[in-house]
Amino acid sequence: MEQLLENPHVPPLILTAVIILVFPLIAGYIVLAERKVLADLQVRLGPMRVGPYGVLQPLADALKLMLKEDVIPSKSDKWIFWLAPVLSTFTALSAFAVLPLSDRFFVADVNIGILFILAMSSIGALGLILGGWSANSKYSLMGSLRAAAQMVSYEVPLGFATVTAIMCAGTLSMQGVIASQLERGVWGAFDNYGLMLIPTVLFIIAGTAETNRAPFDLPEAESELVAGFHTEYSGFRWALFFLAEYAAIVVISALCVTLFFGGWLRPFPNVAALEMPLNTLFPVALFALIALGCSKGIFRQALVGFRLVMAALTGLFLLVAAAFALPVANELMIGLFWFAFKLAAMVYLFIWYRGTFPRFRYDQLMDVGWKWLIPISMFGLILNGIVQLLARG
Amino acid sequence: MAETTLAPPEVQAETLLDSNELVLNMGPQHPSTHGVLRVILKLDGETVLGTDCVIGYLHRGVEKIAENRTFQQFAPYVDRMDYVAAVSNGLGYCMAVEKLLDVEIPPRAQAVRVILTELNRIASHLLWLGTHALDIGAITPVFLCFREREEVLKIFENYCGARLTTHAFRIGGLQYETYDTFEKECLKFCDLMEQKLKEYHDLLTGNRIWVRRTKGVGILNAADCKDYGVTGPLIRAAGVEWDLRKAQPYCGYENYDFDIPTAETGDTFDRYMVRMEEMVQSCRIIRQAVDGLPEGPIKGKVGKVIKPPPGEAYVSIEAPKGELGYYVVSDGSLNPYRVRVRPPSFVNLGALDKMCRGSLVADVVAIIGTIDIVLGEVDR
Repeated sequence: MEQLLENPHVPPLILTAVIILVFPLIAGYIVLAERKVLADLQVRLGPMRVGPYGVLQPLADALKLMLKEDVIPSKSDKWIFWLAPVLSTFTALSAFAVLPLSDRFFVADVNIGILFILAMSSIGALGLILGGWSANSKYSLMGSLRAAAQMVSYEVPLGFATVTAIMCAGTLSMQGVIASQLERGVWGAFDNYGLMLIPTVLFIIAGTAETNRAPFDLPEAESELVAGFHTEYSGFRWALFFLAEYAAIVVISALCVTLFFGGWLRPFPNVAALEMPLNTLFPVALFALIALGCSKGIFRQALVGFRLVMAALTGLFLLVAAAFALPVANELMIGLFWFAFKLAAMVYLFIWYRGTFPRFRYDQLMDVGWKWLIPISMFGLILNGIVQLLARG
Repeated sequence: MAETTLAPPEVQAETLLDSNELVLNMGPQHPSTHGVLRVILKLDGETVLGTDCVIGYLHRGVEKIAENRTFQQFAPYVDRMDYVAAVSNGLGYCMAVEKLLDVEIPPRAQAVRVILTELNRIASHLLWLGTHALDIGAITPVFLCFREREEVLKIFENYCGARLTTHAFRIGGLQYETYDTFEKECLKFCDLMEQKLKEYHDLLTGNRIWVRRTKGVGILNAADCKDYGVTGPLIRAAGVEWDLRKAQPYCGYENYDFDIPTAETGDTFDRYMVRMEEMVQSCRIIRQAVDGLPEGPIKGKVGKVIKPPPGEAYVSIEAPKGELGYYVVSDGSLNPYRVRVRPPSFVNLGALDKMCRGSLVADVVAIIGTIDIVLGEVDR
């Protein structure tokens, strides 16, 4: 056993298996979180039927999607129709390989990590394009054309923003970027006397467009193109596209967190006085609060089964809180905690503006991309370069 | 290329000549055609070259049904045309028959009619706002609008038991006296509405994406409006101060102090602003009507059997969507000889092609939304 774990190939393989097995569940819960947050913005309750407060909804959804009839349109290009969702999901999940989940949990720390993520997200766009094209439906075709145009336009500012961050950090390795932020004692977003805020904001905007989320959700524009590129998809193939979309959101958010918000580092990593309150008190208090919230549910639910689920959740969160109080477990998990915490904040932001903004029109999208985002991102790159040259010599 | 069997032959023939054009069949099953409207779009890329509306999927022969029903029996049917503004439909029909009968409506009935019709106008506009915003991709306003609309429906429910197809009025006046807290609840709703309108303005009017999606989209100027017979908020947004409540007052509208909101360019944003302002004006009217609600009978002198003398009457009122006209012919029997409806949705929809040409696919759904159609009224 000891010997097995020391083999350099084994831990990454285990982690890969865990990510691939667990991520669909996480994606399901991100969907539930999205529905609940949107419901909160929209004066309604969201899913409430499956399990107490709808906490088992993702499982029911997954089951339903797996049992649905698999429809392939008779006039579609069957092989490409089959390939497209696989391609999207495969590339989105591949990008997880280089995500630095914490100082000790990562599949690989390659010296071109950021390039790899960008490459994977570009190839992922191909899945949407092929999927829409092969379905032989006009709505799908228009959706995939929009996807193609959007990806091409928004990859440029995304790339420029990333290049600015790489320039600031001086490395392409994901762990290296975090190490440089620790060394410089400031988050990437506030480096260069705050000028790095320009690429940060641009990255978030272009990242939203890259993942086809509102207000840039033109390829699937529900009210115009019915469902855009995945109009003809149903059942599990559709679920794969869905999985790919949420995987892409997580990847882009993770990249943003890593490049600009310190990755798995706690806020103010160089202030020793904050070590205790931020690394121990904060997670313990957070999970204890969640447990308290769940415990209220035990008494509010009418069904015995639902009460048991709430009791189990209370126990689970108390256990997590207790684990953060133990120094050994804390050291193991704290990096993961901060990474997940920042990631959750980013995902919340994504959901928040889905609930707030109307959708751009096709030409306006191109307008914003080419006339504003690209010039500003170039300007940000040059400005940061000059400042960096003057400040660091 | 998929077969274009769905397009009518003449459109097909045209498109076969030029392979750059794409005929897209939008509806009758589509998320944003507001029911069962079918629009055949001729596209060049995303640009709309022309549109063709196919209607009739919801045709129920309402006008023909009238000929086999007595005058009273037909009244609930009109609620099923513009079911979003059932009260206005009922008012128009009742007024047309009352004109045939030549009866005088007591002032209390008039005032209650005004209150309920204006409440219904707000409810109709709220539904328009929610779905219009949803078409443009803002998914939150629809829930906020339905929250306020619920309050109107509660008042209707308390008044006559029905929420949507109310059948609130009867020929000659009203069936029911108002309930105890009616006045208080109407005033409370007005307060709520004025406060919530600010919320909608915060969410949409100041939003740059919303403004860019609506400004300059689907322009219909005053001359075109007149050519197409377009009425309601559409013509007012084009700068014509035409509101039947002022132009030919009915139901005692001449006693109330209110403004006709207008705009200049007649684009989607102007129509949005006009309708938003109309809700404010409706609140004003409701306040005045509630404050001056007279006592007295609620029904004029009509018999149990309604048998108008032979003749014809045309009455038009300002429904939320535009001029709603009823032409009722009586041959002296118990049944109307003919009832003809001039539905604002149908007439306004005629201008769709004019507004859509040269715009993009995304604009088409915005324009369908801004015309504010109800297919029950278009098809009848």
